[in-house]
Amino acid sequence: MKFTWFNLMPWQDLPDDFREKHRSVWVDIDSRLFDPARAHHLYNEYMDLLEYSSTLGFDGIGVNEHHQNAYGIMPSPNIIAAGLARRTKDVGIVVLGNSIALYNPPVRVAEEFAMLDCISGGRLVAGFPVGTSMDTNYCYGQIPALTREKYNEAHDLIKRAWSDPDPFAFNGRYNKLRHVNIWPRPIQKNMPIHIPGGGSVETYDFCIDNTYSYSYLSFSGYIRAKALMQGYWDRVADRNAPDDSPYRAGFAQTICVADTDEEAERLYSEHVSYFYNRCLHVYGGFADAPGYRTIKTIQSGALSQYAPPVDGYGELTWKDLNEQGHVIAGSPETVRQRMEELIKGLRVGNVFCLMHVGNMPKDKCMYSTKLFAEKVMPKLRDMFPDHKDDNRFWCSPLKNQAKPGNLPTEQMVAAAVGGKD
Amino acid sequence: MELKTVKTHAVPVRYIEAGKGTPLVYLHGAGGIQLGDPLIAKLAETHHVFAPLLPGYGDSEECGELRDMLDFTLHTADVVEALGLKDPILVGHSMGGMIAAEMAAIAPASVSRLALICPAGLWHDAHPIPDIFAMLPYEMPQYLFHDVEAGTKIMTAGVALSDPEWLKGFLVMNARQMGMAGKILFPIPERGLSQRLYRIKAKTILIWGDSDRLIPPTYAHAFKKAIAGAELVSIAEAGHMVTAEKTNQVGAAIAKLG
Repeated sequence: MKFTWFNLMPWQDLPDDFREKHRSVWVDIDSRLFDPARAHHLYNEYMDLLEYSSTLGFDGIGVNEHHQNAYGIMPSPNIIAAGLARRTKDVGIVVLGNSIALYNPPVRVAEEFAMLDCISGGRLVAGFPVGTSMDTNYCYGQIPALTREKYNEAHDLIKRAWSDPDPFAFNGRYNKLRHVNIWPRPIQKNMPIHIPGGGSVETYDFCIDNTYSYSYLSFSGYIRAKALMQGYWDRVADRNAPDDSPYRAGFAQTICVADTDEEAERLYSEHVSYFYNRCLHVYGGFADAPGYRTIKTIQSGALSQYAPPVDGYGELTWKDLNEQGHVIAGSPETVRQRMEELIKGLRVGNVFCLMHVGNMPKDKCMYSTKLFAEKVMPKLRDMFPDHKDDNRFWCSPLKNQAKPGNLPTEQMVAAAVGGKD
Repeated sequence: MELKTVKTHAVPVRYIEAGKGTPLVYLHGAGGIQLGDPLIAKLAETHHVFAPLLPGYGDSEECGELRDMLDFTLHTADVVEALGLKDPILVGHSMGGMIAAEMAAIAPASVSRLALICPAGLWHDAHPIPDIFAMLPYEMPQYLFHDVEAGTKIMTAGVALSDPEWLKGFLVMNARQMGMAGKILFPIPERGLSQRLYRIKAKTILIWGDSDRLIPPTYAHAFKKAIAGAELVSIAEAGHMVTAEKTNQVGAAIAKLG
């Protein structure tokens, strides 16, 4: 199993009446709710937590990309990842990922990922999301019906930029480049790639055909994810993939651990409520730009967000969120049992553990993280013994890692250059 | 009135044909057009009307090869040619007006009579056009109609805007149609038309609803200024869907072209 400690980096100060007073947490979120001085502390706290979790035995620490979004203040995950690469060792740096259709030209992603791979000594696990409609279409202005075509072209360009040893011309529809020759190049020749998806068959096939791991990064938990993940595994079988390794798939899950189930509710309930009842308040008009999603997805989807609002908003309670599986919370044993259900039920070798939730303060987050790392994770390690050697979807770090912050002292320098001062 | 198909270079195109008389090509707006459209019926009293559907609209085949403004413009010129028409009266509503204006600008010798009904295609920062791609169905009537209540009934054929079956059908249709429209309208409905309008040689009638809240009448004046000799017909108590709200007056204005 590969466990990644994942941080969305939510803004923690959305007011109690946020849903009543503001139409969306995303795209046109009120900038007056943002305080840059507060963000200084928040970014550093979140990076500290990522670094802390890297010392507890997680396989990876994860970041992602969102724009104009108060539950994810990380428009550039690469900036965070660069900081993490310097201050951690051994752990995978999971960037899930860069929305490659948004970069002009996308060789920028090839370059930055190559830099991250070099700085981290081959610890990069890369992600290429198509991106949500909110990010891709409404914030970054990509034409919905052309987004996937542009994405595919960006993907081909990045892959070739990483692997072709010689300069080449790339005559794409969206990118015309006469001299592609990125410098630096990544350490990992077979970069592990994870693709976040939301149930489209095109994305299933794209992962299967390229040996990429399919990641379902939902916030609604493992119970609701069953049908979607089964659809993926059915497709893996139908398309005659060479194997059905569980590492071909990943899933994100909100997890809160305490000494007892009661303590979990007492400690975490308000923070979970903040996230599920406040942070996910997205205006329906931004959810799905026409042409972005397939007809089939619309036909199977929920329609309530498109209808006129009824009076007020319902609150999802701690009980609802736990029973429906949005959240796995409780004592180490409760969490272990439910995680086992998740891992077996969805057949996922990669779990992205959302252990910081909403406006959770750092002490509670550290407490929950440590309990998970020490009392839950070890018992879940050997879920797929038949596939334990499958390293295709994970990073392969250099044996000889640089030690950051290892300059000689000024006296040593003086001695080395001839004793002058 | 009949729904027919004509072959073009890109894809078979569905079109509504009705009436007899001087040939007139009608290009629909982003919301599409259906058999029985009242304006088509009105125009068909005096004209031989052809109203081609953009690929992806109604039951017509989609066309991935059409990506940008030039593709749309040349495709529509192909349709006119495939219909065997030469210099028909060219009429366009909203997005259709944008395409018609482009056709008249790109090939001024092929378009001598032009009617633009609240066309898209220009953008003024002082008068941002509301984002139709970020609107929920229940929010649309207020931007589209002068009489919002009556307009809502026109839009849903009387069904409630929250009716799940209506919503599902609407969203599926919207994904196809607006997905296609988005190629020239998303995220800002402007593709450089302003720098080409000077090329238009056609006798041009501009038709605008006084209470158009989607593309406000300030844009009528911008078009009028940019197209030499253009005449503006303003219609009172009508919104962006002036075609549905004041069908006879729109018909009469178009009739000025012969």
